[in-house]
Amino acid sequence: MSTAVRDPAALPRLGWTLAALVLLWPLLQLAEFKPAALFEAGNLNAMGHFVAGFLPPETAPDFLALLGKATVETLAMATAGIALAVLLAVPLGLILTRSLSIARLGPGRGGWLGTLIRALARGVLAVLRGVPELVWALLFVRVFGLGAAAGVLALGITYGGMLGKVYGEILESSDARPVRTLLEAGSGRLAALCYGLLPNAARELVSYTVYRWECAVRASVVMGFVGAGGLGQLMDQSMKMLNGGEAASILATFLVLVLAADALSELLRRRLA
Amino acid sequence: MGFTLEGVGLTHANGFRALAGVDMQVAPGERLALIGASGAGKTTLLRVIAASLRPGEGCVRLLDGEPWACSPRKLRGLRARIGLVHQSPPIPPRQRVVTAVLAGRLGQWPLWKSLASLVLPADPQGAQAELARLDLADRLYERCDRLSGGQLQRVALARVLYQKPDLLLADEPVSAMDPALSELTVALLNEEAVRRGVTLVASLHAVDLALRHFPRVVGVKDGAILFDLPAASVTEALLRELYAAEGGLPLAGSVAPDEAPAIVDLPPLRCA
Repeated sequence: MSTAVRDPAALPRLGWTLAALVLLWPLLQLAEFKPAALFEAGNLNAMGHFVAGFLPPETAPDFLALLGKATVETLAMATAGIALAVLLAVPLGLILTRSLSIARLGPGRGGWLGTLIRALARGVLAVLRGVPELVWALLFVRVFGLGAAAGVLALGITYGGMLGKVYGEILESSDARPVRTLLEAGSGRLAALCYGLLPNAARELVSYTVYRWECAVRASVVMGFVGAGGLGQLMDQSMKMLNGGEAASILATFLVLVLAADALSELLRRRLA
Repeated sequence: MGFTLEGVGLTHANGFRALAGVDMQVAPGERLALIGASGAGKTTLLRVIAASLRPGEGCVRLLDGEPWACSPRKLRGLRARIGLVHQSPPIPPRQRVVTAVLAGRLGQWPLWKSLASLVLPADPQGAQAELARLDLADRLYERCDRLSGGQLQRVALARVLYQKPDLLLADEPVSAMDPALSELTVALLNEEAVRRGVTLVASLHAVDLALRHFPRVVGVKDGAILFDLPAASVTEALLRELYAAEGGLPLAGSVAPDEAPAIVDLPPLRCA
């Protein structure tokens, strides 16, 4: 091959691939990644016994009533937590979005200020989501006592950090030209966001928010830990009493909720398409 | 709104030198066309005039002030008075035509009005009136991704017409239209500029369109101004030099100069 037509990106690509492999191998060793162990006869047997303990699922009417109440509680807490998270995430996510920066068009001055504010917002988001929700919950239990308030607050803060980061990234990766054009015609940032960015990004934003709501439903296991009730607490009790049937019913409820979240997300995406 | 460029030069971030030593003086109400081969720097020049690209060298004066010495608030106010029609219409595909056109006034509306207009369009009559001039009145509530390239380009044009800017800039505003429609659209731009007494600068790929419709024609070559003359004084030799690299003059054709429509009293455009 003549040197003129050789892809100049080919060599760096090969280099990065090799570097990734060289890094990955010791990490897999460190994580004791041995998939073969899953299929050894003794291990399969042990897993089979564990799973068999969950069958049949518990269907006694009084347990189902308890399960229903816990489900509603869990949904309420997840929804409240996500609402709080969205309130935190929207302003922080917008700050992160460089395509909304008027300074980047070339202002008279002050470009460095925007960079500083963005770095600060990035730092705040990292702290919010870097501390696991369990730790936040334990902190808030000391203020609000055992109960839903601590759990909701902990969820809101951690998920606010995650949502804010991803909102910012979704907005940044959508087509920046419409919003840039509006800013160039003297529009304000928020108006430019609504007219130039949201039409393209709304679907991604909604589907990620609904996905996080689904995660919040699952995270109610943490809520159980701080005594907030809900499915988490029920699960905790059932596991402690080694009642596999009850645990199976709870897991089935989680599955139904996840499917429902999926359907909701699909519906909203179709509405926004 | 008139403007002055003095020794303007600009090097893009990738090291490409797009403009060098550009001097230009345009009085309020003047109409001029930028012509030149593709890659000559017409778009960059327009964006410098629109105060959206800051030149690396030289000085830009818009109206009476230097945009790059203004406070951010004043610069925003200045930008709201400049309308630039982009070559590829920067409109989100899912947006409705009415919203895309009304977005022209975002620089003038207060935030609450802009947001309320997303729920219930604030001025559908105004948007429809501009669309009607471009024969798109019946597409008011259509989604932009249902439009053809030429229709979308006219929606972008309607947005800038609705903005009612004091400086009307257009970057190849007819590149996706057929020759007859191009003719009518360029005439419409000129008619708007004359009627409102605003300055019009349009870059055009078709030389004959530029010569037919604009009193002043500026030839841009390799990021510099090759000639800046009244349309009547542009000679064949100059054009040949301007397009030396392309090996031929790009023309819109179809409409002979003597049957070109008059600038005033245009009939509405026919559908493309």
